[in-house]
Amino acid sequence: MKGIISRNTIDKIATLMLWILSGAVLFLPIYIIWYILTNGAGVVNLSFLLESPRLSGAEGGIFPAIVGTLALVTVAILTAVPLGMGAAIYLTSYAPDNAFIRLINFSVEILAGTPSVVIGLFGYAFLVIYLGFGFSILAGGLSLMFMILPWTVRASEEAIKRVSKELSEGSLALGATRWQTIRHVVIPSAMPGITTGVILGIGKAIGETAVIMYTAGSSLLLPRSIFDPVRALPYHLYILASEGISEKMSYGTAVVLLGMILVINLLVVALQHHFGINK
Amino acid sequence: MNQRTSERIIEASLFLAALLAIVIVLLILLFLIQEGAPVLVKFGLRDFLLGMNWNPIAIVGEPSYGIFPMVVGSIYIAVGSLILSVPLGVASAVFLIEIAPKWAQAVIRRGIELLVGIPSVVLGFAGLLLLVPLIRDTLGGCGFSILAGSIILAIMALPHIITISADAIADVPSSIKEASLALGATRWQTIRHVTIPSAKSGIAAAVILGMGNSIGETMAVLMVTGNSPILPEPIYNILDPVRTMTANIAIEMNYAAPGNHQQALFATGIILFLMVAILNAVSNTIIRSERVTQR
Repeated sequence: MKGIISRNTIDKIATLMLWILSGAVLFLPIYIIWYILTNGAGVVNLSFLLESPRLSGAEGGIFPAIVGTLALVTVAILTAVPLGMGAAIYLTSYAPDNAFIRLINFSVEILAGTPSVVIGLFGYAFLVIYLGFGFSILAGGLSLMFMILPWTVRASEEAIKRVSKELSEGSLALGATRWQTIRHVVIPSAMPGITTGVILGIGKAIGETAVIMYTAGSSLLLPRSIFDPVRALPYHLYILASEGISEKMSYGTAVVLLGMILVINLLVVALQHHFGINK
Repeated sequence: MNQRTSERIIEASLFLAALLAIVIVLLILLFLIQEGAPVLVKFGLRDFLLGMNWNPIAIVGEPSYGIFPMVVGSIYIAVGSLILSVPLGVASAVFLIEIAPKWAQAVIRRGIELLVGIPSVVLGFAGLLLLVPLIRDTLGGCGFSILAGSIILAIMALPHIITISADAIADVPSSIKEASLALGATRWQTIRHVTIPSAKSGIAAAVILGMGNSIGETMAVLMVTGNSPILPEPIYNILDPVRTMTANIAIEMNYAAPGNHQQALFATGIILFLMVAILNAVSNTIIRSERVTQR
């Protein structure tokens, strides 16, 4: 009898430990976000958001960095989404099962795993120098595209695979061509999943630093075209914090960056709720 | 244009989009090799990889390009992060699948999504403000350390380790768990002796993937590890600063002059790319073969 009691006790203790450990894991992101928000919220006001930095960012605002981030992310999303969706449609609906297609899938995996600083090196050598784009929104945005492309491919593939076979077979049976079926049946049904994937991609692109350090430049001036250099928010935060320019401004920048990410997160939650997607 | 031709054109352009992944990977390899190989040829792969001395801008004497301390630094911090994140991550995964009530599951999944979303530079910033002073004041040293890097990387690795281990645990057939429970084992005995052992290859995949991610991470590590390109002294001193391969590239690309120095950074990129690609490929192979055997 004694043995049974003790192993039941062990079971209770282990269960309790698992509750505590999981609680600790949950506590981490909440604490980090809370710490930065409470320390930096006072810095963020309209003039911080809409003014240009002075004295390398020690004073003034972060408007050019916000513009820089939005410009880079726009270029990355506008290129990655059509290409990623196209690739996903091909891989799910057209691709035969052969060695070449497996090679494509393998490349998507390799690209997804490539360290961001390596993509940055490649963007520098290929886009900035070889193609002569210079440090620019174009070079930085396309480098970001290289990074998020595999994620858009995978997210679109998963969304397309979730569309029921009967639906597309029904369309084909009614005499629609393959492309008509994809365009009018598969893509519309997969759209909620694809949209969620794209928004998560935007979140990844907003926070990325190492990719754009040596491709987008570090100019604090407002860009006039996509051939101008920009400094994105995360790089601005890195420079402010690591060069000890201003702790106050670092907090403010971190708050704006986190704010963007939180909005993205809420958007995803709202979309999943709206469309009833359960992950 | 008739329907068949337009169908063909569409199929061809979709194929080109799919082809892009291969093209980008090949271009990455091509440019890394073109920019990085000359320095490897000139100084020899062995001296580059195993050289103890990184001194690219020598004021006195010859510059030298040995990245061994940084290879050690990357591996050191990655292993350190796994030692912290794997037990915690697997415990959370077990909790998520086997114990948590519905509401707790939902809360944990949202928490994981939130943690994944925090940009690495923000985590690095938080580490710089919270962790580095904490280590300096309680354990000594300058705070910028292997320990700080390992902790920050562990936080970044957690969500991935939890997600992949949770999938592996959920894939364990309920029949064998029920058999264990029916034989009188408690829930914890079942978890420990049946569920976790059956999920072990999925957990192994999570660990290897976590290793690859940690070796490839740049910003968060860069901000808390101090970045001195020498081995810790003594080697087990986790309070010493260290420099990773990623940090080496990120810091020095800023001022490296074209020529040997810049080439040495691209060569560092080649080594980094290969290490991470191999780890990812192994992890993906395990996950895939696991799915095949489960079905």
